Amino acid sequence: MRTVTVVALLFVLVMGWGLYQKSAPILGEIPLWNLLTDSTWQPFKNQFGFLPFVMGTIWVTIIAIVISLPLSLFTAIFLTEYSRRCVKKIVYPALDILASLPSVIYGVWGTLVIVPWISDKLAPHFVDFSAGYTTLAAGIVLSIMVLPLLVSLFVELFSSVSVDLRDTAYALGSTRWQTAQKVVMRKSLPGIFASVVLAVSRALGETIAVLMVCGNLPQVPQSVFDACYPLPALIANNYGEMLSLPMYESALMFAALLLFVVVLLFNLVSRIILRKIEEN
Amino acid sequence: MKRFLLRRFLANDSNEPFVPNEKFQHPEVASELVVDHFNLSIDGSPILKDVSVTIPANKITCIIGPSGCGKSTLLKSLNRLSDSIEGVKTSGDIRLGDTSIVNCSDSDLVELRRRIGLVPQRPTPLPMSIFGNIAYGCKIHGVGGRRQLRRIVRHYLKVVGLWDEVKDRLHSPAVKLSIGQQQRLCLARSLAVEPEFILADEATSALDPVSSKIVEDLFVKLKEQYSIVMVTHTLRQALRIADYVIFIYMGEVIEVGDAQQVFKNPQHELTQKYLSGAIS
Repeated sequence: MRTVTVVALLFVLVMGWGLYQKSAPILGEIPLWNLLTDSTWQPFKNQFGFLPFVMGTIWVTIIAIVISLPLSLFTAIFLTEYSRRCVKKIVYPALDILASLPSVIYGVWGTLVIVPWISDKLAPHFVDFSAGYTTLAAGIVLSIMVLPLLVSLFVELFSSVSVDLRDTAYALGSTRWQTAQKVVMRKSLPGIFASVVLAVSRALGETIAVLMVCGNLPQVPQSVFDACYPLPALIANNYGEMLSLPMYESALMFAALLLFVVVLLFNLVSRIILRKIEEN
Repeated sequence: MKRFLLRRFLANDSNEPFVPNEKFQHPEVASELVVDHFNLSIDGSPILKDVSVTIPANKITCIIGPSGCGKSTLLKSLNRLSDSIEGVKTSGDIRLGDTSIVNCSDSDLVELRRRIGLVPQRPTPLPMSIFGNIAYGCKIHGVGGRRQLRRIVRHYLKVVGLWDEVKDRLHSPAVKLSIGQQQRLCLARSLAVEPEFILADEATSALDPVSSKIVEDLFVKLKEQYSIVMVTHTLRQALRIADYVIFIYMGEVIEVGDAQQVFKNPQHELTQKYLSGAIS
């Protein structure tokens, strides 16, 4: 058992080391700071600026979480505090199915529904022209993808709050909403935080669905109606041709390393914050 | 700074007599709780059968009976916490004074529950500070203002004898208190909304003998102002503190009456068997 655990941990280290080895050439040629802050991406001219991809990843993830967090919280509260047994019987399996759908299906659905909706209905209110393949489209599709994950985690969390605690709140004269808000959600706060971390990690790494709707333009998005190009999409789109140019392979490997480090750091930092919340 | 001001404030006006908020005034004549041909079933199987009892005011009423006989369910029905059990169905009526508990609207229920407090079997501190726990009930009933809340918190912590133990850490989480202290906190929290009745579901069973004695003595002291209904497994406890006894067996009320009479001269054969330990 211990050996298996150690091997699993070693895999992470080996992956990180392998990615670092592969991205060493580009790191040797261009300083790390320049790679991260430069926004010009022209592999033919040997210019590799990763800022558009980093910003794309961040934007898409933020939009996804901003949309899915309140939705999933309300859904989970409704399911655990308000709904009857028969509603739960239908919704829980439906959520499981949604969570297990392959991401390419979400991508196709995004292309067929969300992209035209943004291009025809939403964007004309704000900008002159938008093809629909935008940061917003990617964020919406991603939010719908992480929604079932968040809802199931929250339902699990809220159900684990003891009946006695709820009864205590009710017995003092709390309404259902007051109980949900001030007791159930408050009691589950560390768990809610941990779930969001999990959802963000998922969102950071989601590839196919996002690359199908995000527009894939290497630019720093100025608004949600601009196309973007997150890191996973960059790697997946260009993997086939990475040997055609010098440094290209190394650049893509650096993109992978960047993603790896971001997810790792994000998880580490959130664990520290989680511990602080639990202590309080 | 906040704590310093709080302490100074508390030191200054500690001699003023405490008057509960006008929203929480008891009626001039204390109400009785009347259970009238009450039936309760869960998923079709009857738990309480045609229960009719009158629970007197300003007395300690103990509900006794073997495990699984419906004691706790009856107690939970008295403030309709039984609503949260899936598949529950009731008929008959329960009244507090002139107000029906079974047939009241959701908004009336909130006020009724305030009038009937609960001390659970295991202490259930709400996920907030000691101060927050006591102030919670007041806040949800619209009694506010820092000054008033502080007076309320201090008063009820004094009533349960917890003030001197916690006055320096009112803002630390309630879960950090010992189990015995937590149970007294729960009692103080219930008292803070000035209920007329206090329901206690084996409130001392999870406590050590010393804490158990403290809580028991508190109940005896509190019956001057409040009516107490207590479910207990310990016959000796019922003997010590009960004024009035309800003996339940298999969901039916077998014998009701003055504690001395029921314990010394039980009329029903089943009561005699239970008191002698033949059924448990």
